[in-house]
This record gives sequence, C-alpha cells and structure tokens, in this order.
Amino acid sequence: MSVAQGAALQVERVTKAFGGFTAVDDLDLEVPSGSFFALLGPSGCGKTTTLRMVAGLEQPTAGSITIGGRDVTGTRAHQRPVNTVFQSYALFPHLTVGENVAFGLRRRRERDVDRRVAEALELVELGHVADRRPAQLSGGQQQRVALARAVVNRPALLLLDEPLGALDLKLRRQMQLELKRIQDEVGLTFVHVTHDQEEAMTMADTVAVMNHGRIEQLGAPADLYELPRTAFVANFLGQSNLAPGTVVEGPDGHGLLGVDVGGSRVRLPAARAVAAAGRVLVGVRPEKVRILVPGQEPGPGENVLGPGVVTDVSFAGVSTQYRVELTGVGTFGVFAQNLLGGATVAHGAVVRLAWSAQHTFGLSGDEDVAAGAADLDGEP
Amino acid sequence: MTTLTRPVATAAPHPPERPAARRRPRLRLGDALVPVFAALAFLYLLVPIAYTVAFSFNDGGKTNLVWRGFTLDAWRNPCGAPQVCQAFVNSLQVGVVSTLLATALGTLLAIALVRFTFRGRTLANLLIFLPMSTPEVVLGAALLAQFLTVRVPLGFWTVVAAHVMFCVSFVVVTVKARVAGLDPALEEAGADLYGSPWQVFWRVTFPLLLPGIAAAALLAFSLSFDDFIVTNFTSGSFDTFPKFVYVSATRGIPPQANVIGSFMFVLALVLVLAVQVVGAARARRRRAA
Repeated sequence: MSVAQGAALQVERVTKAFGGFTAVDDLDLEVPSGSFFALLGPSGCGKTTTLRMVAGLEQPTAGSITIGGRDVTGTRAHQRPVNTVFQSYALFPHLTVGENVAFGLRRRRERDVDRRVAEALELVELGHVADRRPAQLSGGQQQRVALARAVVNRPALLLLDEPLGALDLKLRRQMQLELKRIQDEVGLTFVHVTHDQEEAMTMADTVAVMNHGRIEQLGAPADLYELPRTAFVANFLGQSNLAPGTVVEGPDGHGLLGVDVGGSRVRLPAARAVAAAGRVLVGVRPEKVRILVPGQEPGPGENVLGPGVVTDVSFAGVSTQYRVELTGVGTFGVFAQNLLGGATVAHGAVVRLAWSAQHTFGLSGDEDVAAGAADLDGEP
Repeated sequence: MTTLTRPVATAAPHPPERPAARRRPRLRLGDALVPVFAALAFLYLLVPIAYTVAFSFNDGGKTNLVWRGFTLDAWRNPCGAPQVCQAFVNSLQVGVVSTLLATALGTLLAIALVRFTFRGRTLANLLIFLPMSTPEVVLGAALLAQFLTVRVPLGFWTVVAAHVMFCVSFVVVTVKARVAGLDPALEEAGADLYGSPWQVFWRVTFPLLLPGIAAAALLAFSLSFDDFIVTNFTSGSFDTFPKFVYVSATRGIPPQANVIGSFMFVLALVLVLAVQVVGAARARRRRAA
C-alpha cells in the first residue's frame, strides 16, 4: 500500500447496533485515497461510531471495512494502518510532548524516531515544547500535538473526531486552515467528523451528510449546497426556503416542471427535482432570492411568489436578512447583499419574492419541511 | 475492622489549627475554642504514641510498665529480647507477600469492575465490601474452621492467605476510584497508536494508575503488618509482631517491642513527609514552567 499517498477507504453495508439501538444502519461509503473527506451530521447521527469502526475501536455488527484494498474487518485498532485525532486529544499526561509523538513510532520499532518526532512537531510549529507535559500547553497547542502524534506515523488514513470542537471560534477557523495546509503537505487521506457544516464545507473535498445512521447525501460541498436531495441536507447544510407544492405540468421544452405552490405557478428544472410528479417540496436558497418592491417586475425565467409581508429585518454587515411571510406558502428568508449600503426594505412592507427558475430544487413531497433545521450548534 | 483507623491517624500528622486570621466578632468564642479542641484531640491521639516512644528508652528490665530511668540499651540492641526480632521479620515477610498479592489481584479486579460489563459484576461489587464489614473475630474463626476442615497446616501461608483476603477489598476500593477517573480515550489512543493490549497496559494504564496502586499497597501493608485478630486465629505457632506483643503482655512487654513500634512509626512519618515534599516540589515545577 502506498502510505505516502494515503489509502482509500471502503465501508460496505456496515451496521452497528448497541442493544436495541441502531447507531449505524447499512452504511456504504467510499473515500478515495488522498482526499479530505468530511462526515457531517448532528450529534447522535452515527458519524463518530462510523469513525470508531474504521479505527478498530468498535467492531461492526454487520458489513465490511476495507483500507487500501485490505479487508480489516475484525482486526483490532493496533493492527490497522490508521491513526485518530481524538476529540479530547487523549494526550498521555505522564509523557512529554515528544514522547507522546514518538509513541506510535516506538510501538512499531521504527528508526529515526527523534528526527521524525522533531519534524512532526515542526510541521505543527511546536518544536519548542517537546520537553513539556501536555498539561502545560494551551488547548490549541494540545490539539496540534494530537495531530502531530497521528501524522508522524504516516497512516494510510488519518481520522479526526471533532478535533476542533473544544476550541473557541477564532482558534477553530485558524486551525481549519492549518489542517488543510497539513493535509496538502503530507498528502494523507483525512476523514474528518464534524457537526459544523461550515467547517465541513470549507475543509473537505467531499462531504457526506449523515442522519439517523445513514448517509443522506454525499458529494462536493458546492454540489450538496446547490442541489440538496433531501430536506435534511437542505436545512442542515446552510439554510433553505422550502414550500410544499404539486406538480401540475410536465417538463416543457426547457425541461421545466410547472408546480403549483399556494396558488402561484413555480417552474422547477426536472433535472433538479427528486420527484417529477405529485406532491413535491420546492426549495431555493435564501441568497438566491431577491425582493421585489411594488413597481419592480421579475425578469424572464424568474419564479415569483407573493405578495407577502416583511416580518423581520436583521442587518448583518455584509448582508441583510429578511423574513417574509407569504400567505398560503410559509415564511421565506432572503439574504440581500448590502451593495448600496443598509437595508432597502422596511419592516412591514408588502413585497414579492423572485428568483431564477434555474436555482429552484425539488424534493420529495413526503418530507418534513423542518427536518434538520433545528441546528443549534451551526453558525449562520 | 479494628485496625482501620490507626494507620490513618498515625500516618497523617496534621499541623495544629491555625488561629483565625480574620476577626469576626460574632464568632470570637468559637474561634478561640477551636484551637483548644484541636489541641485536646491531638493530645488524645498522640499520647499513646508518645508513651510508646518514651518507654523504648526505659531502663525497664523484665516489666516495662513503670519508668525506672533513661537508657539506650533497647535501641542499641533491638533484638535483645527473645523472639522479638523473629516476630518482626515474620510480620515484614507476611506484610510484603500479602501486599504484593493483594495489590496485584485488587488492581486487576478494580480495572475489571470499572472497565468491563460482565455477568455478576454488580454482585462482585457488593461482595468486595464483605470482608471490610464482617467483624474480624468472625472472619478469623471462620478461616480457622476452614483451614482445619481442609487440613492445611497453620503457619506463614495461612496467615498470608487470610491477609490477602481482607487487603484485596481495600485495594479494590482505592484503585477503583483511580480507574474511574481515567479517561478511556487514553487507552484507546494507545491502541490506535499501534500499542498491543499488553503494551497499552504497561505504557498507559499502569503508569496512570500508579499513584492509586501505591496508595493501595501502603494501606494493604499497614493493615497486614498490624493485624492481630485474624492472624491470631490463622497462624498456629507462627508468631507475628502484634501476636508477640500480645502474648508478652501477660508477662511484661520488653522495651525492644517499643523500639520496633517507634521505628515503624518514624518510618511511616518519613514516608508520608517525603511523598508530600516531592508532590509539592513537582506542583511548584509545573506552575513555574
């Protein structure tokens, strides 16, 4: 196996049950070698259990795990070419930082331990603390030591279990860039577990959104964001406006379906719809929507809803966020860039909403509009 | 158990209460009385020890009951009295062997009880407390009956078996607290970094449990060393130091027994002080760095 490049990971039909509770349910996953892969989901969705099964700290109830072409199902943690950065860092308090980093190399009786430890500490810019104990370091430094302790072994797979969860916001943003740089530099396969959708999107090449022990959707961050396939993904990854409707016209010459939403006709590209008939959820991202004040008309190829009443205006520097109550449809959010400075529409104003039909996406009508929306940890 | 409070009281000489630094008029009477009570309590605790030490210098002759004059004879020749050193060495041997066995068994038990779920764990947790709560006299008599039934000759090994039995409980309770405070992620990290279960135990688990294990071993040794009741039942003609003292009480305890007692007391004191000093120095170094 080519360790320098990292190895591919395949998780096939893996299920993990704890007593009567199914933490991971018939999960399939493929992580190409050398990629930065994020498993994103709310707490309790099974992402950490999945990671622990890959690390060998839990054994799957069913299914198989393959690392670099070798089936490792049933082998134990110390037999797998995998290293983990634990959420609590799990640095050995009785060893110095240098001895912590050397732990894996010494267990495998590798040569050049001192030089490689020094290099790994240099990589995370902590060469000067090698003789200290972990308790003498700050949280951010401990985090980097944990990373060095894993990276130094050049594992086929590097697993990161919410590694930035305990850091404050500013440090977390800084460490995200740092992690990305280190991944570029060492070229290992990173599998990163997080509940922070922004973290997942900024860092990963591929994001798998997990919920209730299953993968809801997997893809590049931009693809997931622009074209969510479930209400959970639409709401958990950023925010979405979702409205129930019924398909009343089949695809026209441009591949657009006609959907009745609260009495208005909305056009939806058939290629962007999960269901092409019957009840559907019509969705659009808030930054794609613009407000039409009386007198303004929609452009060609735009969907229009309304009129509705502006119920909330919050100014957030680069943008202003509006809430617009649309009778018979629901509440839509609109993010407007503050191109001209300040909010342009007042609270209580009666407006219409317009957006390009090409930005509309369609979900199954059976889904809960609010699925995944109550994410208290996520940042706007 | 009658022996439980003694090692604690002798091993931890607290400094006398400091006088109240802040003046609070309402509690002035209480503030004045607390040091008095504390002094009385310490007097009560320390008088027997002072007596023991003082009478090790007594020119006692056959009966060491009344003060006859100062001499260093007993300290110069601690093995002067017949059998006293043999009994002391026996007690040391029993203490060391029982401590090693009880600490090893108790540590493994503690880890199993905290880290693993298995059938009978709750029961085991409960049964561990039994030797601590059963009166020693009952334990001793029961053990004697057992040894006689299976026809084991009484002596060194029956005493060790009995001591291991009751020391294990104390070791388990002491080490369990330490295991419970150990983050399981540390052992997982050890395994994740290619440590086999054996390596993880010796390189991660054991060093981190060591303070608890050492405390448990000290406790086990002091329990074993001065146990009299169970030993008396299970030893036959094998003499330990407490048994020697008890038996000689009828015809007069030689001052050499006081010498050995005082020596053990000073040894325990030095040990505790050393641990405190080293701990404080380490804490200071950690703060400084």
